[in-house]
Amino acid sequence: MHLQRADNHIWRKAKSGLASTVAFLSALLVIAPLGLVFFHLLANGASSVNWDFFTKLPTPVGVAGGGMVNAIVGSLKLLALAAAIGIPVGVLGGVYLAEYGSARVNSLLRFVADVLNGVPSITWGVVVYGLVVLRFKGFSAYAGGLALGLIMIPLIIRTTEEVILLVPNGYREAALALGVSRWKTIVHVVMKTASKGIITGILLALARVGGETAPLLFTAFGNRFWNHNLAEPIAALPLQIFTYAISPYDDWHRQAWAGALVLVTGIFCVNVLVRILTRGRTASVV
Amino acid sequence: MNATTGPAIAAVEPQIARHAIAPPSRFGDKAFEWLTLAMALAVVVLVVLLGWELWGGSSLAIRKFGFHFLTTSTWDPVAEQFGALSFIYGTLISSLIALLIAVPLSIATAAYLTELAPLWIRQPLVSLIEMLAAIPSVILGLWGIFVMIPWLRDYPFPLLKRLFGWTPFFTGPIYGTSMLAGGIIIAIMILPIITSVSREILRSVPNLQREAAYALGATRWEATRIAVLSYAKKGLFGAVILGLGRALGETMAVTMVIGNTPQIAASLFKPGYTLASVIANEFTEATTDMYLQALFEIGLVLFGTTILANLLAQLLLQTMSTTSTTRAVQ
Amino acid sequence: MKSFRFADKIFAVVLLGGVSATASAQMMINGAGATFPYPIYSKWFDEYAKVDPSVRFNYQSIGSGGGQKQILAQTVDFGASDGPMSDENLSKAPGKLLHIPTVAGADVVAYNLAGNPALKFDADTIAGIFLGQIKKWNDPKITALNSGVTLPDQEIVVVHRSDGSGTTYIWTDYLSKISPEWKTKVGTNTSVNWPTGIGGKGNEGVAGQIKQTPGALGYVELIYAIQNKMPYGEVKNSAGNFAKPSIESITAALAAADIPDDFRFSITNAPGPDAYPIAGATWLLVYEQQKDAAKGKKLVEFLKWAAKDGEKMAKDLQYAPLPESLQQRVLKRIEEIKI
Repeated sequence: MHLQRADNHIWRKAKSGLASTVAFLSALLVIAPLGLVFFHLLANGASSVNWDFFTKLPTPVGVAGGGMVNAIVGSLKLLALAAAIGIPVGVLGGVYLAEYGSARVNSLLRFVADVLNGVPSITWGVVVYGLVVLRFKGFSAYAGGLALGLIMIPLIIRTTEEVILLVPNGYREAALALGVSRWKTIVHVVMKTASKGIITGILLALARVGGETAPLLFTAFGNRFWNHNLAEPIAALPLQIFTYAISPYDDWHRQAWAGALVLVTGIFCVNVLVRILTRGRTASVV
Repeated sequence: MNATTGPAIAAVEPQIARHAIAPPSRFGDKAFEWLTLAMALAVVVLVVLLGWELWGGSSLAIRKFGFHFLTTSTWDPVAEQFGALSFIYGTLISSLIALLIAVPLSIATAAYLTELAPLWIRQPLVSLIEMLAAIPSVILGLWGIFVMIPWLRDYPFPLLKRLFGWTPFFTGPIYGTSMLAGGIIIAIMILPIITSVSREILRSVPNLQREAAYALGATRWEATRIAVLSYAKKGLFGAVILGLGRALGETMAVTMVIGNTPQIAASLFKPGYTLASVIANEFTEATTDMYLQALFEIGLVLFGTTILANLLAQLLLQTMSTTSTTRAVQ
Repeated sequence: MKSFRFADKIFAVVLLGGVSATASAQMMINGAGATFPYPIYSKWFDEYAKVDPSVRFNYQSIGSGGGQKQILAQTVDFGASDGPMSDENLSKAPGKLLHIPTVAGADVVAYNLAGNPALKFDADTIAGIFLGQIKKWNDPKITALNSGVTLPDQEIVVVHRSDGSGTTYIWTDYLSKISPEWKTKVGTNTSVNWPTGIGGKGNEGVAGQIKQTPGALGYVELIYAIQNKMPYGEVKNSAGNFAKPSIESITAALAAADIPDDFRFSITNAPGPDAYPIAGATWLLVYEQQKDAAKGKKLVEFLKWAAKDGEKMAKDLQYAPLPESLQQRVLKRIEEIKI
């Protein structure tokens, strides 16, 4: 008996080659805008990314040597606050949807999370404005962090859930068979296996809110100086970029591009850092 | 455990796993379950909060305009006549264009990253794509005005007009800022999220599936199509829904390239206006109470549109074949 | 989980760092409102920090409407607006709200035509263009005013603001005054139902749109046209003279205008031979009765400084300072603020 190839094997191979090429071109197309935008930012903003940028406060137009250090630190603080709210609620909520509950309840919760993901960020800003800013008669970093955190929650819930659902049942059964309690199984086996995916979801959410301007307009408000108290207004990089970008001055435009460059690069570095830290700690399936 | 479990058994398995194998309730288990439940219920709290704020902020406008708000396209802040129809149209069309462009590209890219790309290129490409997600909407919008729109106006748009000018979608003068430009920029914004999530989904498909396909003599593409993509259909659909959510709510970048003209036109070269854009443009400056209320009502309509779009997606999901399982089996 | 624990540590450190509320020796006074005066206000606050280092003024430009809303809600210590508050809004204030005019600017007719010709416009042509009645550059009404220039047979692409703004308020205020048809059909507001044209977001967006669309015409604030090196036209004023937008012609409009006691005025279509007809002032909104005595004292000191020394810096940044007589009246009004 000899191995017989199907009659159409050349056509199938050709199709496969074609599909690979299309996929490769798609990947290029997806990256193209990034390349173009990044190039534009570099061309226009690189010259303004200097020591002053990272160490000085903003100066009025016409006065050289201004920077955005307070906006950078402000953004970090806001992201920390947002993460403190978004990560625990999002990850644990995603765990519930994947591990517990009933089909009907979970389906409803999933639906609600999807809907929330479609709410424009400016609406969250307005909601937190009504809840926090009006009540305490003042803009604050807390309000800004809350608005960003609320945006993160449905995003992280869904990505966490999707990834946990794909952990094979065999892993759970093996742990349970060894007498490990249910919750420990989930935390130490399931979540650990899915941790790379969970972290991807968290990073995506952080990247998303890190560049948000609209929700901060009515909550964090912005601050040309240092923020010493989280109950006071605070500067944020996207806000500062926005203010400078819509101004008429070339110098401020260049600082806006520089700010954008720093923002994008910063998030990229965080990405790389987290990947290095979590490398080899999980058993990924592929 | 054999690998040939069918859909029926796989559907029943989760239930069995939960009830028969789980040990008798211990405090830790119960506590953890309640904790995660409380966190999951946060979404319900959020949605109620949102609905309540939006409803409360627009009650007067609702009483004044009633159902006509959804069927009129006039938007006149001076005469205080408000109608949301042109914005609804704009949001739906721009999101549709964005999905049509982004979904095939994203899934193909995800497939490339997990199945076809050489190993050394995978992580750098992934990081690059996630960097795209980091670009603030405002910056993308500015790039859109200064770089993308002039290029579109000079090359692709005239080409489209020449090829498809006989259809109602590509007629009329070309300004650059247009519904099509809005759709394209939304597509750019949702590419990273659909690609990243799809990639995670495809990555988690067990190797056994691929090996089985290859063992049967499949080519690379056939293995990807049959063993991986179909298996992950539900997860991929979830990724698309996430993308849709982002598309519906995208504000700053769109408002800079779409032309901001409340009108309903078939031609994609004409400027348009979306629900999210009108809120962003006019919220801070709305001077009268009724104006502000009308904007809140737009927010409510957007909320409703998102719910409807998701409902439709769910229905589509139900009718899709259930041969792919949501829980992996070994 | 090890990876989570490490990440948590980072967050904890950053959080603690932020929460350590070091009671700063500086007082912070917050203000919000118009984008138009943002450059000069930021200059003022920076200079004033040298005069009085014990206080910091934090001003954010969220828009005139936002400024009005926030001062009404008392979430900021002062507001700023490019258009005076309406009676309806003023009545909602929990206390008496004062309008303090600071500087003035102008809306110019910017355009994009080959060769950058210097063009002249008048009330009829501007109204006609923005109503969608005058559609081409070589329309007889435009060529009649510009005999020395050959205007092309090209469509006019009208560009207006898509977002609400004080700039639009000034523009539509002018149009309502000189065109009864505009007044009934469209009206005056920070955001209107435009009969024609495409919308750009912000002065920047409109300027960008004009620069990139051959045959475009729109309105932007003077400083944006200058900074973007765009050609802008002369406009015929109510005295019949063609006035070029400049600091002098804006100040002339201010000087000629009739300023009521509460300082809520409009200077569009102002009388006077040299006045530029499409100009407008910007105001700071403060409560007559200040809530916080310490903050109120600092605020009043700043306002007095701005009305005297601050005004001197206006011209360098292309803003028109208030005429002397108005400055005196403003100073007297500032005296009336009770701490």
